[in-house]
Amino acid sequence: MLFELLGVPPQALFAQLLIGLVNGSFYAALSLGLAVIFGMLNIINFAHGALYMAGAFVAWMLLHHFGIPFWASLVLSPLIVAVFGMALERVLLSRLYHLDHIYGLLATFGLVLLIEGTFRQLYGVSGRGYPTPEVLKGGWNLGFMFLPNYRAFVLVAALAVCFGAWFFIERTRIGSYLRAGTENARLLQAFGVNVPRMMTLTFGLGVALAAFTGVLAAPIYQVHPLMGFNIIIIVFAVVVVGGMGSILGAIVTGLALGVAEGFTRVFYPEASATVIFVIMAVVLLIRPQGLFGRR
Amino acid sequence: MAEREAYALRSEVSGWEARQGAERGRLIFAAIAVLALICAPFAVYPVFLMKVLCFALFACAFNLLLGYGGLLSFGHAAYYGTAAYIAAHTIKVWGLSPELGLLAGTLASALLGLVVGWLSIRRAGIYFAMITLAFAQMIYFFALQAPFTKGEDGIQAVPRGYLFGVIDLRPDLTLYYLILAIFLFGFYVVYRTIHSPFGLVLKAIRENEPRAISLGYRTERFKLATFVVSAALAGLAGAATVLVFQLASLTYVHWQTSGEVVIMTLLGGMGTILGPFVGAIVVVTLQTHLAAFGAWLNIILGAIFLACVLLFREGIVGIAQKRLKKLL
Repeated sequence: MLFELLGVPPQALFAQLLIGLVNGSFYAALSLGLAVIFGMLNIINFAHGALYMAGAFVAWMLLHHFGIPFWASLVLSPLIVAVFGMALERVLLSRLYHLDHIYGLLATFGLVLLIEGTFRQLYGVSGRGYPTPEVLKGGWNLGFMFLPNYRAFVLVAALAVCFGAWFFIERTRIGSYLRAGTENARLLQAFGVNVPRMMTLTFGLGVALAAFTGVLAAPIYQVHPLMGFNIIIIVFAVVVVGGMGSILGAIVTGLALGVAEGFTRVFYPEASATVIFVIMAVVLLIRPQGLFGRR
Repeated sequence: MAEREAYALRSEVSGWEARQGAERGRLIFAAIAVLALICAPFAVYPVFLMKVLCFALFACAFNLLLGYGGLLSFGHAAYYGTAAYIAAHTIKVWGLSPELGLLAGTLASALLGLVVGWLSIRRAGIYFAMITLAFAQMIYFFALQAPFTKGEDGIQAVPRGYLFGVIDLRPDLTLYYLILAIFLFGFYVVYRTIHSPFGLVLKAIRENEPRAISLGYRTERFKLATFVVSAALAGLAGAATVLVFQLASLTYVHWQTSGEVVIMTLLGGMGTILGPFVGAIVVVTLQTHLAAFGAWLNIILGAIFLACVLLFREGIVGIAQKRLKKLL
């Protein structure tokens, strides 16, 4: 009845809703990492999308060159990318902490050009497929929609990792150091905590989260050198809408905007690429500090 | 008493003389530079020079916002590209003359700048950069989908036409002098803005906004006005580029273009009047020579970006100025 009113078959609606949720969980994981890094390091990591892409590409390379399967890549790829990220933090980013925020943004934008340019030079601009793992092929027919196993898994895995990060930061001892460092790093250092090392580890954690998301995305979207830039701009908009003050806020905003995007794809496909930016404009009008932001 | 007065008078006179001297030096330098630009097309390929001038104007407009307003817009390609599309459309489809096409493009960008600026200046610093980037991406998708922009093809074969209905712009040399005039006009607007009371207030806001507010300035109005001027001049540069290449395409609104204007300004020296020009020369030269080597351009631009931020934040002109001051 409702579907007849809307003029959309329920299959299509729920399928797009699922894609929206999957995308939304990616936005959530990426904006979460962005917020954690910004809180501790005072740097907006423009290269977050590039490292997400690197995560997917490393998984592809592991499969292609060494025959390492998806499940191992899910752990190995984030580790490799995190080590690379921590090296970047030590060598480059740690020299920028005393400067204005915009220098961090500019330097990481330089990293984007470097990382994406290198992958483009090595692998060209055509996308590369990554096979869905054998166990998760197929899906369930739920009657009102077809649920592909892999997408269900991605949604659960991404959300589990998001909530894992939330638990780690809000409920563990190291997490409390991290929150203390976000509030006042010098005071924390005076209590004998090795703050520079914590910053490196925080960056590694955020980057690993991005790479993990990249591996999850690889079988759904093709592995592509530019996949990171398209998503990072959306994630920036998500961060503006949600504000970077709260971790749960980042997760909720990411999911909600992903779903909004999915709905738009059903009812007004032309606007699906821009709807998140329109929502951002509306939020700026009504609540400039963001839905979960603090003034 | 008399001695002190005489001393004060003397130092005042010498200060005045020094300022007069600096003023004269600047005028002589400007005259030589303009003369060099007038002679340049006889030594260097004019189309290359026109590209440099268009990008230099774009970078000057951007520098007004970043270097003097302290506002990092990461989506300036939106204004550059919008003006390009509007100019191309009005000249090719509506049959407007080139000067009206330039005007239409510039006005469209100013209007877009007014709307985006009005929304963006609600947040400061890092958020401002993210918001402007997001809006620019929105414009990119719009340009990708709107029918009049012709999608991936872009608006091609835009006629250069006759300036004021009289001067034939098809010869590269004639067009070069029009582009030079446009650049000098834009450069002068930026120069006057910076050296006016408005520009001084702008610097005050950049240095300490709460203090400027407490002095009674409506800082958001100053920021918005600067944003609009910057967007309009970026638009003028974009519309001028259409006359040079007779094309408006998605490249003009792409984030890569936004990034390139940031790097020109940073490399040349942000907050210096000549920096963007120098940066534009370097980047356009790199583009021209590396065009055949695919992604190497981006790799090298990325490396320059990092080097600028980590090693020389004053940029080429900033460092040169420091050295010169030490010498004198």
